[in-house]
Amino acid sequence: MAELHWLPRHADPGAALNAAKAEPDPGQRLARAIELAGYQRDFVLTTRLDRFASKALSDPDPARKAGLTPLRVALLSSHTVDHLVPAIRVAGLNRRLALSVHVAPYGMYRQALLVDDPELTAFAPQLILLALDARDAPLQLSLQATKGEVDEAVQARVNELRQLWRAARERFAARVVQQTLVPVDPPVFGSYEGLVPAAPYAVIDRLNAAIRAAAREEGVLLMDLAWQAAQGHYGPGLGDATRWHQAKQLVSPELAPLYGDHLARIAAASAGLSRKCLVLDLDNTLWGGVIGDDGIEGIHLGQGSPTGEAFVAFQRYADLLAQRGVILAVCSKNDIAVAEAAFKHPEMVLKRGDIAAFVANWEDKAGNLRRIASMLDIGLDSLVFVDDNPAERDIIRRELPEVAVPELPDDIAGYPACVAAAGYFDAVSFTSDDAARGRSYALNAERKVAMSQATDIEGYLRGLEMQLSAIRIGAAELPRATQLINKTNQFNLSTRRYSEAEVERIANDSQAIALAVRLKDKFGDNGLISVVMARPDPGVGNSELLIDSWLMSCRVLGRQVEQAVLEVLARLAAEYGRTALIGEYRPTQRNGMVAEHYPRLGFEPVETPEWAEPDASFWRLDLHNTPETHHFIEILNP
Amino acid sequence: MTETEILSALHPIFQDVFDDDDIVIDSETTAEDIEGWDSLAHVNLVVAAEQRFGVKFRTAELESMRNVGHFVALISTKLNG
Repeated sequence: MAELHWLPRHADPGAALNAAKAEPDPGQRLARAIELAGYQRDFVLTTRLDRFASKALSDPDPARKAGLTPLRVALLSSHTVDHLVPAIRVAGLNRRLALSVHVAPYGMYRQALLVDDPELTAFAPQLILLALDARDAPLQLSLQATKGEVDEAVQARVNELRQLWRAARERFAARVVQQTLVPVDPPVFGSYEGLVPAAPYAVIDRLNAAIRAAAREEGVLLMDLAWQAAQGHYGPGLGDATRWHQAKQLVSPELAPLYGDHLARIAAASAGLSRKCLVLDLDNTLWGGVIGDDGIEGIHLGQGSPTGEAFVAFQRYADLLAQRGVILAVCSKNDIAVAEAAFKHPEMVLKRGDIAAFVANWEDKAGNLRRIASMLDIGLDSLVFVDDNPAERDIIRRELPEVAVPELPDDIAGYPACVAAAGYFDAVSFTSDDAARGRSYALNAERKVAMSQATDIEGYLRGLEMQLSAIRIGAAELPRATQLINKTNQFNLSTRRYSEAEVERIANDSQAIALAVRLKDKFGDNGLISVVMARPDPGVGNSELLIDSWLMSCRVLGRQVEQAVLEVLARLAAEYGRTALIGEYRPTQRNGMVAEHYPRLGFEPVETPEWAEPDASFWRLDLHNTPETHHFIEILNP
Repeated sequence: MTETEILSALHPIFQDVFDDDDIVIDSETTAEDIEGWDSLAHVNLVVAAEQRFGVKFRTAELESMRNVGHFVALISTKLNG
């Protein structure tokens, strides 16, 4: 199954590409390229599409770049990867990235990181993939080596990798992605292989386990190719001996589209572009049959029938996704009362309370998906829509191209694997806040109901009994704060993305104020929902503090949290002897909602300095006569 | 499949791999004649042809490919025994 099977098939992608080439407008050409990147495609067509898209992207007008996030990726490898570059870039387009890819000379990954590689330095990578393979740097072990000797050799190799990861972070401030080692060598002992410490497979297995453990400690991401290979996603083409001897290719050309997508989804996740919400149809998606016709007794769900078990298995998978922070929503053509009653079925794994946005009516699904996005305050490009009905899928793809719509197998038994294989929800971290997120979005829906019932907004806000704490970002806050920095797109003033190491550096600067903000209310704990980082900068006055980053989860929008945060920030800055705060707004495709953030908070416009980006705007708040902030939030500290 | 049929089936593969509809090939065509026919493109050609004809080239055969005619002859031997 070495293909992008969750993407829809195009009747004639070659003809569509030729038609796109004839398109006179460069913006339209890029749009066509992005569209074609969303279809199943073999490696030859993918390479052609890349050539076409790269030309369209080289057009100087950035507005034409159609909401793509630019990202520079360097490939440092011990096997040939040049043939994979087109597929990586095309997969990037399908995940809303404009990737620039730099390939360091084959086999020179140590030199590139430890000595000097002027080309790599000039490229300034934001993400570095260490694409290593099992044949690279073999551990010099005889087959008789003891477990202790193997452990020692494995540790030495992993320590070397740690050095490389640190060098990548320190020299380039890049996020590091380590590829695990695909076991390609045939077994020497047959099934006994895993019992001999120094047998080739056993050594690679131990190395991968050690790499994963070290990566977790060092905050390095994994491109877990060994695991993907074990899942069978790459079929037999990974480590094909002929391709290896011919061209030192670990990944055969026909696997390039899949490999490209596996890397692009990691890059997308690190740029905050992973999807956030799984929208589920009900009839024949969560259970077999039609609840309105068959009734709660008549639907297929639960033990006793193979079909009923398969639907339970899909619900379990959705439930696991919810537990890791994916928001669940329902979009169904049904009467709402009938649909909600079905959740009382004893075999339902998903409960009504797990669904943050529940839309069941007889209107068209495109409109309902828009409603779901607005109920949850997330973009359409955060949604994944799962519906067994091919016609509904087709309509949504046409009407709402921002929504991801996997092409599902005919058999419900294949749904979990299909949704998983599509890689919509790739993560770059997992924190305790993630686990609570789905519940938190569900509570938000309740808050919205409370708001519509409250006669006045002030009464509503007062009634929420909100409590805010803003504490300095320390080790405990670092993972979630970094995650928020990297995935917040809408309420984000500067959209600067930082690795954990960089956030830590800013937080440890005694002159800087880096705050993690939590909010509780009578409905529950919203968790860590906002980050603000202000620091001295040579580009602003000596007694002023530049607000480098200010961002907030849209979950707590419209609750005057920013007013309370400013109050804390202004007080701390004044205590530091600062006379003013300087705010910077850098417009992106997605952060229009905060264009007026600083003036709303009483900042005065100032000229954009020369060092800044020309479309940025700058704002100043004098701390001697701070305007009153307006909110109904109790500030717990400092 | 005759060698002529194989050659005409190879033609669109060359056009796609080199992304050039103006490419014309005959049995005398070599890597020198086509811009971009480097080692990377060569592997792509080989794999695309393997997929198209349902054959697999041996490592030794890959080394001995001199021109398109030879490519066609190899495929023909594999298809027709």
